[in-house]
Amino acid sequence: MGELKLMKGNEALAEAAIRYGCDAYYGYPITPQSEVIEYLMEQNPYERTGMVVLQAESEIAAINMVYAAGASGKRVMTSSSSPGVSLKQEGIAYIAGAEVPCVYSDVVRGGPGLGTIQPSQADYFQACKGGGNGDYKNIVLAPASVQEMADFVALGFELAFKYRMACCILSDGAIGQMMEKVVLPEQKPRMTEEEIKANYPWATTGRKRGTQHRVITSLDLDSVKMEAHNRHLQEKYRMVEENEVRFEEIDCEDAEYVFVAYGSSARIAQKSVQLARTEGLKVGLLRPITLFPFPTKAIQNLIDRGTKGFLAVELSCGQMIEDVKLAVNGRVKAEHFGRVGGIIHTPEEVLEAMKKQIIGE
Amino acid sequence: MTEEIIIAGFGGQGVLSMGKILAYSGIMEGKEVSWMPSYGPEMRGGTANVTVIISDDRVCSPILNAFDTAVILNQQSLDKFEEKVKPGGVLLYDPNGITHKPTRTDIKIYTIEGAQLASDMGNAKVFNMIILGAYLKLKPIISMDKVKEGLEHSLPERAHKLIPLNMQAVEVGMNNVKEQ
Repeated sequence: MGELKLMKGNEALAEAAIRYGCDAYYGYPITPQSEVIEYLMEQNPYERTGMVVLQAESEIAAINMVYAAGASGKRVMTSSSSPGVSLKQEGIAYIAGAEVPCVYSDVVRGGPGLGTIQPSQADYFQACKGGGNGDYKNIVLAPASVQEMADFVALGFELAFKYRMACCILSDGAIGQMMEKVVLPEQKPRMTEEEIKANYPWATTGRKRGTQHRVITSLDLDSVKMEAHNRHLQEKYRMVEENEVRFEEIDCEDAEYVFVAYGSSARIAQKSVQLARTEGLKVGLLRPITLFPFPTKAIQNLIDRGTKGFLAVELSCGQMIEDVKLAVNGRVKAEHFGRVGGIIHTPEEVLEAMKKQIIGE
Repeated sequence: MTEEIIIAGFGGQGVLSMGKILAYSGIMEGKEVSWMPSYGPEMRGGTANVTVIISDDRVCSPILNAFDTAVILNQQSLDKFEEKVKPGGVLLYDPNGITHKPTRTDIKIYTIEGAQLASDMGNAKVFNMIILGAYLKLKPIISMDKVKEGLEHSLPERAHKLIPLNMQAVEVGMNNVKEQ
């Protein structure tokens, strides 16, 4: 077993990056996730593993550094919070088009615009449905604990390199700021240049005489080639949907009514499940761990097993509910409940909403 | 066992670090814990609070609306959190600077003269450890050994020489908590 510590979500993510053998972090501070770059700077990762940590002049610069370093086969990451991630969207779309693997953490705060620094889940659309231009997807992981903030760094890099995609770790101010017990992984070595050359034939590792150029770009003016490239990307996304869905079911075996909630909302809904069970209500929780790919089949299976209604609980005005409704496809009731603007729903009001909107009389 | 605590006061009083020491001590005791601060434009003199949960089971929501215990260190926090103590719960406060005392009759209310006692000890910085001692007297959920281990883990190496003083402050807090 690794080392047991009490850490903030942001710090756990940063430490996990060093221990995973991440090659570089490029970022720009913003509340509520400035601890990521602060922690990395304090830890002298260049001395520990040779990892580069650099505060860029802006979010836009940081994401383009990620684009370039990722193109050379390095394990690179960035992190920001909502308005900062908005600035990064151009780079993220380029990364998707050019198929560059990377990890970025988005510790969501309330919006739109500068909004508030308090927790929110109102960037589900931005993370899961594009955000930048073009037909693309990112893999989106939704940690619900400090432990998962640490664990999803390794998972994120594995998926990013397996599919040559950006992987977003989508949390919020609550998960980023809270401290919990965390078991940290062992230190892994960074990949050597030779390993990168051997493992990633697409990476721009320097051209030798007599070999072909390796081109990393999102641009192709030939429409026929561009259509083929788009088809290829879509095939890849279908493979991700086929193979990489992750979710957790809590008290779902006999559940007549099920909350669907991720991240901090899942923590709150879990308490609502406990409250419901003490009242004798058969309520469960489906927690999507991957938001893209979304656990569509898990919802359909629950309906097949007798679930009569779903309540999507989100810190937003209703975003994930669209995916829940697509999965439910009109077979049973599916509705949304959420607080916004940095206010966090209480377990009691979440249960109340389930009773009122789904269970009824 | 699940103990849900809010500690609230001015920024600079050591509210967050008291919560951290409590949470670390909980880990040393083998419990599940969470520590959730109010965060943002906090500064010395502004308000600060932290929710700490110590439990035998996995902690669900780290954010709460009702507490088993409220540890209150200024008037604004008293105004905000008195009503959020669960019926039968505990409210512990430092009367220093309190102009409107708590009035609820369905909870147990205690006082600790933390600011005065810290000043008597000649070190204002041990204030939060006196408060922690008072809290642990009322809710002995963590043993003294584990509090010491919690301090060792949460303080940087260079501050370890101050652990005996901090433990002494915990004792002082334990011996001076009073019913309102």
